[in-house]
Amino acid sequence: MSEAHFTPVEEELAHGAESPIEYLGERNLLPPTMTMRQLTETVCAPTELKTPKAWWIGFGIALMGAGILGASVSWLLFKGVGVWGNNSPVSWAWDITNFVWWIGIGHAGTLISAILFLFRQKWRTSINRFAEAMTIFAVMCAGIYPGLHTGRPWFDYYMFPVPNSMVLWPQFKSPLMWDIFAVSTYFTVSALFWYVGLIPDLATLRDRSTGDTLPRKVRRFAYGFFSLGWRGSNRHWQHYERAYMILAGLSTPLVLSVHSIVSFDFATSVEPGWHTTIFPPYFVAGAVFSGFAMVLTLMLVCRSVFDMKDVVTMKHLELMNKIMLTTGSLVGYAYAMEFFVAYYSGNQYERYVFLNRAIGPYAWAYWSMIACNVIFPQVFWWKRMRTSIPVMFVISILINIGMWFERFVIIVTTLHRDYLPAVWGMYSPTIWDMGVYIGTFGFFFTCFLLFLRWLPMIALAEVKATLPNAHPRKSHAADHADDHGHDTNLAEEPTALPAE
Amino acid sequence: MTSPTKTNTTVESDERVASLLLAEYETPDGCADAAAKLRDAGYTKFDAHTPYPVHGMDAAMGMRDTPIGWIVLAMGMTGCLAGFLMMFWMNGIDYPLVIGGKPPDAIPSMVPVMFEMTILLSAFGAVFGLFGLCQLPRHHHPIFNSDRFARATDDHFFISVDASDPKFDLKKTRLLLEGTTPAHLELVEEYAS
Repeated sequence: MSEAHFTPVEEELAHGAESPIEYLGERNLLPPTMTMRQLTETVCAPTELKTPKAWWIGFGIALMGAGILGASVSWLLFKGVGVWGNNSPVSWAWDITNFVWWIGIGHAGTLISAILFLFRQKWRTSINRFAEAMTIFAVMCAGIYPGLHTGRPWFDYYMFPVPNSMVLWPQFKSPLMWDIFAVSTYFTVSALFWYVGLIPDLATLRDRSTGDTLPRKVRRFAYGFFSLGWRGSNRHWQHYERAYMILAGLSTPLVLSVHSIVSFDFATSVEPGWHTTIFPPYFVAGAVFSGFAMVLTLMLVCRSVFDMKDVVTMKHLELMNKIMLTTGSLVGYAYAMEFFVAYYSGNQYERYVFLNRAIGPYAWAYWSMIACNVIFPQVFWWKRMRTSIPVMFVISILINIGMWFERFVIIVTTLHRDYLPAVWGMYSPTIWDMGVYIGTFGFFFTCFLLFLRWLPMIALAEVKATLPNAHPRKSHAADHADDHGHDTNLAEEPTALPAE
Repeated sequence: MTSPTKTNTTVESDERVASLLLAEYETPDGCADAAAKLRDAGYTKFDAHTPYPVHGMDAAMGMRDTPIGWIVLAMGMTGCLAGFLMMFWMNGIDYPLVIGGKPPDAIPSMVPVMFEMTILLSAFGAVFGLFGLCQLPRHHHPIFNSDRFARATDDHFFISVDASDPKFDLKKTRLLLEGTTPAHLELVEEYAS
């Protein structure tokens, strides 16, 4: 192989320790000494080594939380939906707040796995698996609320287009029906996307599960079963890569549609403060904002508990903080614009609702929202803050609190004082509202900890493809087929840039 | 069951037949070079096995483009139409209701559900189309009889040439693969059924 015939580009690629992504202006994300074997070991370790004590403690707490969910839901089913604090006029309250909040949390997973994939953002590979798992569990938590909110959950099947005893069909002019289709499609597609991504990594775990002890055999069977006999065939990878890209392409409009449709639940009504065209983009930005905050909170804990600092680096965390700063500012802009439009509309009910938000009985919630979502994230303008683990951990939790308050403010402050002062009222949650909310946390973390323990939390195959030297340096395109008679002489090869 | 694994001792016959030649490489470059050689020598039933999709390998193997996009397109259009027909029939024909003063079969309010149905069925097309095109699940491929093959999902790159390839010849193919300087070369056998 004579180096004299390298083009400048190839020269740089051959001599620099970095990969093509360096050439394209991106920094290498993983330490340049990282080998594929090390990567496999690092990612598989949490599923193979002894469970850390911290996992058991976390799992115990999460399971207790899930128990609270079971108890709270059972009590609700036994007594009726009146055990919640929902009343007239505040008929949507914590349940719908929590529904929108959990759905929003889920959106970061899809954003990371789909939108950043389409934009070829390689840094996503270290966090996408993790975020997709979060999406699925968050959507499961979200689904609990509207289901129970119907009051008689055993009739929930009326919402699906199945023939029922009253020969009635669902009423498709209702945005609540659109929501059913959006959320169930979202759950299904996210789960499929996640599973397709997992198949090659499950095959890695299968192939590492050697040995004849019973636990190893069970492992081999389970991972083998779900990896479908994957053998890394290039004839499969070709379909796989295209299918994955298509799924990303489908998920991108899907994630935007889901929170837009969630916002239609509000925007198509005639309630002051809800009936506004800013809602769809405003809801989507808020969803991404809170979702990234949740990914970050979980990621910071996991990377220290499972020692993943080489795979999820400070660079990753800093990029996530930048996205939070951006979406947080978008949300801040939406808050300001809502106020301006209320004033500019000249509509007294609109004006009143917004004034009431800022100085009325729920002003504490409104200002908590502003502080957590708009003011505190501004510290991320400073690199020192963006790269400080304690700072980002605290801010990520504050953002989640702030985004919960956002949904609470939108729902409760609009409903509690709308058109007729005669039907104004107040809302406060009961212990069962809190029980279900704490319970969904328990359920979420139970699922999440099981995921961390039994599945590869990093998308192994995808990260490997971003390593230096992961792809052949020269092209083997068929129109140069006659070149291949004589060994690997680069001089006769086309001087195309290697595929990124 | 045509290909029980090597460790399976309960087969009726222990006569073994050549199934494939398996060459192992330490770098994607070596693997892609070998694939290009096989392609140029006229082989068609060979495959590369890599821990991640290696770019440029499709061209090196002389593969045609995947048809999966067409499956997704067909499924997506089916979903869109099915969503429309469902709502049109349910709300417009079978049990018309006037809601908000709109015609029972008003189309604008159908758009969100039609969109979601398009996405849902497209995703089914992508995932189940993938399984169909790859003929997965398939847990019994003879390539798993190789003890070294486990590294194909870790850090090594493999080329397999199927014995059913019309150009397959135990000696010639072996010679060709030896010329690509693999780290390891083996003949994988399976039990004759």
